[in-house]
Amino acid sequence: MYRIRKRQDLSDIIKLLVVDAPLIAEKAEPGQFIILRVRDQGERIPLTIADFDREKGQITLVFQIVGLTTELLAQLEEGDSLLDLVGPLGQPAHLPESGRVACIAGGVGVAPLYPKAKALYQAGVEVITIIGARDKGLLVMTDMMDAVSTQMHLCTDDGSLGYHGFVSGRLQELLDAGEQFDEVVAIGPLPMMRATVEVTRPLGLKTWVSLNPIMVDGTGMCGACRVSVGDKTQFACVDGPMFDGHLVDFAEAMRRNQMYLPEEEKSLHHCRCRGGISHA
Amino acid sequence: MPKRTERLPMPTQPADERIENFEEVNLGFTADLAQAEAKRCIQCKKPKCVEGCPVNVKIPEFIAQIVEGEYVEAGRILKETNNLPAICGRVCPQEEQCEKLCILGKRGEPVAIGRLERFAADCEREQGGDMTVERPSRPGKVAIVGSGPAGLTCAADLAIRGFDVTMFEALHAPGGVLMYGIPEFRLPKQIVQTEVNYVLSLGVTLEKNVIIGRTLTIDDLFKQGFQAVFLGTGAGLPKFMNIPGENLNGVYSANEWLTRVNLMKAYDFPCWDTPVKPGSRVAVVGGGNVAMDAVRCARRLGAEKASIVYRRSRQEMPARAEEVEHAEHEGIEFHMLTNPLRVLGDDKGWVTGMECIRMELGEPDASGRRRPVPIEGSEFIMPVDIAVMALGTSPNPIVATTTTGLDTERWGGLIADETGLTSRPGVWAGGDAVTGAATVIEAMGAGKKAAEAIACYLETL
Ligand SMILES: Cc1cc2nc3c(=O)[nH]c(=O)nc-3n(C[C@H](O)[C@H](O)[C@H](O)COP(=O)(O)OP(=O)(O)OC[C@H]3O[C@@H](n4cnc5c(N)ncnc54)[C@H](O)[C@@H]3O)c2cc1C
Ligand SMILES: Cc1cc2nc3c(=O)[nH]c(=O)nc-3n(C[C@H](O)[C@H](O)[C@H](O)COP(=O)(O)OP(=O)(O)OC[C@H]3O[C@@H](n4cnc5c(N)ncnc54)[C@H](O)[C@@H]3O)c2cc1C
Ligand code: SF4
Ligand code: SF4
Ligand code: FES
Repeated sequence: MYRIRKRQDLSDIIKLLVVDAPLIAEKAEPGQFIILRVRDQGERIPLTIADFDREKGQITLVFQIVGLTTELLAQLEEGDSLLDLVGPLGQPAHLPESGRVACIAGGVGVAPLYPKAKALYQAGVEVITIIGARDKGLLVMTDMMDAVSTQMHLCTDDGSLGYHGFVSGRLQELLDAGEQFDEVVAIGPLPMMRATVEVTRPLGLKTWVSLNPIMVDGTGMCGACRVSVGDKTQFACVDGPMFDGHLVDFAEAMRRNQMYLPEEEKSLHHCRCRGGISHA
Repeated sequence: MPKRTERLPMPTQPADERIENFEEVNLGFTADLAQAEAKRCIQCKKPKCVEGCPVNVKIPEFIAQIVEGEYVEAGRILKETNNLPAICGRVCPQEEQCEKLCILGKRGEPVAIGRLERFAADCEREQGGDMTVERPSRPGKVAIVGSGPAGLTCAADLAIRGFDVTMFEALHAPGGVLMYGIPEFRLPKQIVQTEVNYVLSLGVTLEKNVIIGRTLTIDDLFKQGFQAVFLGTGAGLPKFMNIPGENLNGVYSANEWLTRVNLMKAYDFPCWDTPVKPGSRVAVVGGGNVAMDAVRCARRLGAEKASIVYRRSRQEMPARAEEVEHAEHEGIEFHMLTNPLRVLGDDKGWVTGMECIRMELGEPDASGRRRPVPIEGSEFIMPVDIAVMALGTSPNPIVATTTTGLDTERWGGLIADETGLTSRPGVWAGGDAVTGAATVIEAMGAGKKAAEAIACYLETL
């Protein structure tokens, strides 16, 4: 079950897995995610369904190594299996079927962006893609994105490739140059989404963001994933993860994501000390 | 020699020791204690106690076997009507059920039926060996949704009748609340696993990590050839108070708190990967079993001060009597007639306290309990660094919203008749999903009734 059919290094810290999951592939829609566990004592972590193939019964996951579970996940090889995999979770994205949409990603946010861009592009929407990363080594999935984009803009924080600066800066430039968009989809780290939302707010330009709060069950049972959107508390796992970016309380979301920082370091350290993670 | 009017006490781990660990508080009767307590039962010809039990355990019969020293046999008698006796013996609110009606209760203390049930079930589990028997299989394929007490019971009863049963569970481990909610120190997970394995040994297939309504719909199940479906999906949706500050770092729902601690074993962090914030002053808002479990977990995780904040008085607290008593011995503080108004935080967004108001009891409300009303001007600040909201739960809407023809109450409960049949032909439901948060044994009773009705239905096909 949940066997890894393909594993690819997109960069030192970003990996791609194609996993057997026929039931999930059958039902998956762009915007949805899964929760997985790697080992018996392991945490449940959410990852976006970056792509799915209903015929082969497979889903694609793209993740960045940030802590213990993603590090353990990165050690699995083709032929290995995930211990647990459940989904598809969350609401499918509400995507327009015509017009012109800016699809913007920062860092590994390109993984959750890809299925949306693909669906838009296949529906005949003009897809203007802006993807950025710290440096060019971290710009991933550019070929895949290129295949589903009408226009591509690459950005790096250090200027090692493309536009020198943040994706929000590039978006501002395009808007200043008179480009028109019907909607914007922006996915990446919270500061990147917040910056993008601030660019589009004065124009009243509808901007979807995909939130990544801490989750446990992913079915609405625990409330760990609660986020403030407008005046309402929403559970990102069932009401989201995509929300109207202009209504999201980013400060709260950032604060809540930091909740376990000391513990996360401790668990990584503890595992390494016991040789739980090999550095072959 | 006159008969004793008092029941024998349950040996427990001393309170000062047990707050340092997550091991079981109750140690269980020894054979001598069990014999002595069993002999108190006068073997009524028309046993009242049995009427008080939602699954009608053959109480005098199993107790008689304990008197005879036939402990494993006593356990087997339990299993004739109760597939999960080691669990019920531990967590049933017996004082409200079987023991409430025991005849000895009129003049003294009732027979300690729950403690005896636990003893016999444990003996059977440890010494009983394999009970699997070949069962003739019958045509009929049933899907059970949810593996809590309702689903487990329905699955077991249908498997015993020879039907082909598959149980679907959303989480990575079966057992429902028994696994993710009720803590290890009250119900060891090893026991839940053994009881689940017993159900599986009857021939039930378990599919974990499948969410009905997401991974598969009810329509898919019928398309796959299932002829009947039982929904034992529980009441897993947490309520919050909707007061300011509830999204601060350090505010948990009881569900999250308990799931991290029990299912994900955060008490054993970092050996297990999932963390929880232990807190040194923990306030748990609520007065039921869930609140009691949450606050006792907090104490064991190291909180110096662990308190219950409850808006009614001690009398109205719905928690099991034994748990409240145990909590008191463990140094839990009880702030009765107190209601939080808002959660306060520091500039980094972490909880620092709760503003509360004192309450008094007014006229009885719809539930017959006296309604708590705030005393104006009695606001005060309680310093806390972790707040846990144990305010009750409601059914998860995932199944109802993805299934056509399934009627629900306004509060989310599935509508079902007395056999558990819903408004959708071929679909039954039972347990917390229908009643709202209730008890393990009531959920099992509902699972049993539905199994009977489903069996009849399958015969007619
Ligand atoms: C709906 C959703 C979709 C996501 N999709 C992707 C994706 O496609 N690719 C990807 O690389 N990452 C994705 N993430 C983030 C990913 O879940 C976290 O990186 C992962 O949980 C980190 O686990 P860890 O044990 O390796 O790190 P940890 O040591 O646990 O944490 C490191 C960092 O990850 C955050 N984090 C920790 N636990 C969780 C959790 N349970 N849920 C969310 N964040 C957490 C922490 O705030 C911290 O900043 C998604 C998150 C959500 C909620
Ligand atoms: C902390 C706590 C302490 C308690 N203490 C006691 C006690 O001491 N004594 C007592 O008698 N009762 C107690 N209760 C109440 C008792 O546990 C419940 O009444 C009982 O578990 C209800 O059983 P159930 O089978 O209806 O649902 P649950 O036990 O809730 O099981 C439902 C199962 O269905 C699964 N599920 C839900 N939706 C889906 C879906 N769409 N697809 C697949 N699977 C799904 C869930 O993951 C879960 O495993 C307590 C409850 C809690 C939370
Ligand atoms: S199952 Fe519960 S109610 Fe029934 S006899 Fe046992 S303890 Fe009493
Ligand atoms: S009512 Fe009490 S004394 Fe009578 S059979 Fe039941 S347990 Fe025994
Ligand atoms: S992750 Fe538990 S409710 Fe969303």
